[in-house]
Amino acid sequence: MVVRTILGSCAAVVALGLLAQQAQAEYPERPIELIVPWGAGGGTDATARILGSLLEQELGVPVNVVNRTGGSGVVGHSAIATAEPDGYTLGILTVEIGMMHWAGLTDLTYEAYTPLALYNQDSAGVQVLSDSEWTTVEEFLDAVRAAEPGTYKASGTGQGGIWHLALAGMLQEAGIDPSAVPWVPSEGAAPGLQDLVAGGVDVVTCSVPEAQSLIEAGRVKSLAIMATDRNPTFPDVPTLKEAGIDWQLGAWRGIAGPAGLPDEVVSTLVPVLEKIHGSDEFRDFMNQRGFGMIFLGPEDYRAFMAESDASLGSVMQALGLAAQ
Amino acid sequence: MSDTLGAAFSLVFDPHVLLVMLAAGAFGLFVGAMPGLTATLATALLVPVTFFMDPVPALAAIVATTAMAIFAGDLPGALLRIPGTPASAAYVDDAYRLTLQGRSGLALGTGLICSVIGGLVGAAILAFAAPALAEVALAFSTFEYFWLATFGLTCAAFVSTGRPVKGFVSLLFGLFIATIGIDIMAGQPRFTLGSVELMGGVSFIPAMIGMFAVSEVLRWALGTTGGRDAALVAQPQARELVRPSLRAIGRYRTGVARGSLIGTAIGILPGAGADIAAWISYAVSKKMSKTPEKFGTGHVEGLVDSGAANNASLGGAWVPALVFGIPGDSITAIVIGILYMKGMNPGPMVMINQPELLYAVFIAFFVANLLLLPLGWLAIRSFGQMLRVPRGALMPVILILCMVGAFAINNTLFGVIIMLVLGVIAFVMEENGFPVAPAILGLVLGSMIERNFMQSMIKADGNLLAFFERPLAAAIGGVTVAIWLLVAVGAVRRWRRAAGGVTG
Repeated sequence: MVVRTILGSCAAVVALGLLAQQAQAEYPERPIELIVPWGAGGGTDATARILGSLLEQELGVPVNVVNRTGGSGVVGHSAIATAEPDGYTLGILTVEIGMMHWAGLTDLTYEAYTPLALYNQDSAGVQVLSDSEWTTVEEFLDAVRAAEPGTYKASGTGQGGIWHLALAGMLQEAGIDPSAVPWVPSEGAAPGLQDLVAGGVDVVTCSVPEAQSLIEAGRVKSLAIMATDRNPTFPDVPTLKEAGIDWQLGAWRGIAGPAGLPDEVVSTLVPVLEKIHGSDEFRDFMNQRGFGMIFLGPEDYRAFMAESDASLGSVMQALGLAAQ
Repeated sequence: MSDTLGAAFSLVFDPHVLLVMLAAGAFGLFVGAMPGLTATLATALLVPVTFFMDPVPALAAIVATTAMAIFAGDLPGALLRIPGTPASAAYVDDAYRLTLQGRSGLALGTGLICSVIGGLVGAAILAFAAPALAEVALAFSTFEYFWLATFGLTCAAFVSTGRPVKGFVSLLFGLFIATIGIDIMAGQPRFTLGSVELMGGVSFIPAMIGMFAVSEVLRWALGTTGGRDAALVAQPQARELVRPSLRAIGRYRTGVARGSLIGTAIGILPGAGADIAAWISYAVSKKMSKTPEKFGTGHVEGLVDSGAANNASLGGAWVPALVFGIPGDSITAIVIGILYMKGMNPGPMVMINQPELLYAVFIAFFVANLLLLPLGWLAIRSFGQMLRVPRGALMPVILILCMVGAFAINNTLFGVIIMLVLGVIAFVMEENGFPVAPAILGLVLGSMIERNFMQSMIKADGNLLAFFERPLAAAIGGVTVAIWLLVAVGAVRRWRRAAGGVTG
């Protein structure tokens, strides 16, 4: 990375020199930095790295994936928003951009970006141990109703994180006080699932793909998925709606630049991203990992984020997870 | 079975695969020897390359890269007191002191041979006992992790040299640094002074580089090294590399075995990797040693244990990753992604569906560790040339390398600032007799202890006794508390004897 960064910087210097002579040069003419607000090895990082290498092939310039982690995603999202809007710094936005300003962590919202393409959406699921007595989500909810509040514990992400909202929203929709199932914050889905299998918690409301390997290992089962339709990769898992609970929530990932990207950049990148999204390499990768595929161009993506922001905000306020 | 094994062998002993491993090994040595660039980062950088490879070369490349990188971290650690990766931090003082005594060959030779042995033990355990061990690892809940981290922290009492009170202050400082940033339990920023950068907390790697390397550069610049320079011209000697190292390993052969087993065990546990493996082995080695007072003064015994442990943990970490898709460390978190991409979805089914691929990975582990011997030897010889460079020219270069490393972690200048600030703090600490190693350990384990404690308390509705309710937790907790009692009783005895000596 260092070598590439140094090369990148050298290239940038050379490019700047050339710029004086040929200001009309076509975008892109030097390396692009792709910022990931989450750590190396996670799902967002994995999608960014394949996008990066496919973009590199298409655009003919190096695309450097840079992890800017920390602060529950605030650090990386800020870095994308505050970058120079020249098309040479792009980044991956995740669902948290519609949550952290409600939580009072930052002033940033989706309006600080130029949306390019939304490429992934994964719905939350309700995962329990496979030898659990619950076979449907109704049985689980009935058990929660019958038991003393606080008997059952849930996990899957940090306090007020997306999967926490998924659980709380589901309980609320089912007429149960969300605090009846206390949330045990974890550093993500994998540690939460580990704790489920170790007997530390009773339910993990992460996305189904995140639980895939444990489901296949026969240790965990998914009772329901919080989406309008069943997931084709997991056709046996019913939706919450089928159980009479009208509640959907999912995490999403999209690529964007800082606000005010030149039209030239947007019109270059969007067709390329659409092409990559349709490519076999990308499709195979997403299917292998079980990541849900979706494609929305700039306008739809912006509308999607606005809607996501509003609905997350209302849930967080209803649950007392919003600031104030 | 023999067919599968034969197929697996032919998959690995293919000129293309071996060439890939050789190239990946050289890459790993380079990344590991660069301060700030970790084995995890090396793996992440390999990911785009592996997109275009077959499963076996792709995974063999990662295995080779990480094995080399963890060893290569010892090179700048021993010669310049800059641990190349966090996994070398535990024993950097001993290794560097050996270099100051003109015995860098012994330090690096021992490190190399122990790395190879540890790596082979880890690989053997992975190959033969993975499914059963993964079960055990999955039984660890937050209660067990809390005790494990507390046990690790208890080790701080053993790793520090000099006065225990000063070691304790240093540990508290490390724990304080670990609390900076967004608290994952409540989602509240702590000690961030309104800075977005600080919300992410103090990254461990810039902190480590600052505390070890920058403080050393400062000490040189201010001329307080006290004649250590003269000794530094001694390069690793070829004859020192082999015989004395083998003799040292022979003398501490139980240490090699102990380090390899502890390292593999820590590797298997999700959430703890090579760095924690090295710290705990170092502490156990000191506790078990006949001459614990020599630790930290250029004693080879701790190097034997922890040098084997950090490489052994690499194989261990693949155990839960392959069997359950749960990463044993940050490297295997990336590996799992690659496994999925190559259609080798982790889980018990991979052993049934694609045994030849799995065996090929195991064989790659053995090959990579054996390859480490010649490649590591070459690396020691060439890296040793660096000591010929006059200090006045070398120190600024080291400082620049440190800055590059601190910058690379998050690609921000902020990492460099953390490195410089903590470097100055560490310099002041060491000049006043406060050891820095406990502070680093506090930084490594602080968030792990806090997180698991809070999670456990939420689960137990605030009942402290729950920490002893699960059998496994009770066992680890019991051992930890017993160590505290032993230390306390020992201290009281010593104090009594001292008091008795005065009055009598």
